[in-house]
Amino acid sequence: MIELKNVNKSFEDKQVLFDINAQFLSGKNNLIIGASGGGKSVMMKCMVGLLKPDSGQIEFDQRDMLSLDEQQLREVRREIGMLFQGTALFDSLTVEQNIEFPLKMFSKMTPAQRRERVNFCLKRVNLENINKKYPSEISGGMKKRVGIARAIALDIKYLFCDEPNSGLDPITSRLIDALIDEITKEYGITNVINSHDMKTVADIGDHIIFVYKGQKWWEGNKTDLKHAQREIKELDNFIKASYFE
Amino acid sequence: MNFSFFYHFGRYIMFLRSMLYKPEKFKVFMNRLFDEMNKIGIGSLPIVAITSLFIGAVTTVQTAYQLVSGLIAKSVIGTIVSDSTMLELGPTITCLVLSGKVGAHISSEIGNMRISEQIDALEVMGINAPGYLALPKIIAGLIMIPILNIIAITLSIYGGYMAGELSGILTHDQFITGARATFKGFTLFFSMIKAFTFAFIITSVSSYQGYYTQGGALEVGESSTKAVVYSSVLILFFDYLLAELLL
Repeated sequence: MIELKNVNKSFEDKQVLFDINAQFLSGKNNLIIGASGGGKSVMMKCMVGLLKPDSGQIEFDQRDMLSLDEQQLREVRREIGMLFQGTALFDSLTVEQNIEFPLKMFSKMTPAQRRERVNFCLKRVNLENINKKYPSEISGGMKKRVGIARAIALDIKYLFCDEPNSGLDPITSRLIDALIDEITKEYGITNVINSHDMKTVADIGDHIIFVYKGQKWWEGNKTDLKHAQREIKELDNFIKASYFE
Repeated sequence: MNFSFFYHFGRYIMFLRSMLYKPEKFKVFMNRLFDEMNKIGIGSLPIVAITSLFIGAVTTVQTAYQLVSGLIAKSVIGTIVSDSTMLELGPTITCLVLSGKVGAHISSEIGNMRISEQIDALEVMGINAPGYLALPKIIAGLIMIPILNIIAITLSIYGGYMAGELSGILTHDQFITGARATFKGFTLFFSMIKAFTFAFIITSVSSYQGYYTQGGALEVGESSTKAVVYSSVLILFFDYLLAELLL
């Protein structure tokens, strides 16, 4: 489980996150939803360590990321996988080399073991025979799947997905959602998804956090969402706008 | 008062320092180093060869044009070509050319990785991104650019010799006599000091510009331009500084 306690973040004089308290549950798809510019990405970047909060605690299974030493932080980071909005595949490496990259850097596997693991990960995301292709030679949906394969190459405990459906057609979006859900449940991963796609919420959202103007307005499960929508005007507006979109 | 210079200088120093944290696996580092040595060294060989051959040739022809007095021996042309090549034309012109070729390449490569979140991906994995991306480029530059300097000096003198011989300005013996007459080991040593210094400027300034790119494709272009301009200005500044200090 990942827990945020009183997290604040500002850029110069503009505060972006206000006293965020939230829990992200193990083996579940935890969705951070909210309009663009509301602080979702900053919150996720703080969680993965790309940004440092001004104050508060970010605990990965009771390990506070902000008070760990360099070695401990490295160990936690090896348990983290991330699927970026633009996939962030290394474009000078082939698909195979991209997935092999974290294994090369952090494992003691032999080249044969690494190759076997790469093929397993590719098969797991329903991709085969694209090992030697470069990211520029494959489609957007395939890139997302390669991104997932790279994220799960090491035995991760936490998966972060930043707008996993952005730039994809509706059918591919649903396939990616289903794949993320399968992997989360299969490996018992704590999955944090940053999204404003209400279809994703409806399909795979187990635990939902609504962020608006840098504050957490609501946290709960899918069945409570309807009720919350009636109570919270901002959430209602966001959901209606998302469906309209 | 504009503190921009101090801000960038401080951040540049921090960037250099951060490269030395958390070294990656030695084998991975060596693979990256050889890859960069190939790109910087072998990849730049044709442009360095062409530039230096012509610089040597032009120096011979222009020096002969300026030597109007019959009292000055023709062998002086050989002296001027070899000394000016070692002292100035070899390291400085080669490195100015390389700041355009290598510097722009480094800056755009790292800048593109920054805007497409590839550097974020490295950092999320717990990899020291400056150490992984910039350090092999800097060390490869420090190894390969002085070697390119030696090649440039050799080809420049050869170009000067060929131009003199082919155009009948001076004979083989005159050129060799002149080139050997005032040769000092320190001249070559000074040339290598310059090449090392310029290599560090080109690779580190370009890596810094690329690493802190913000925005999109337009900003990657801007970073590359800044990398070339700043590297060139710093090369000229250090060229003067080293000459003042060491000659």
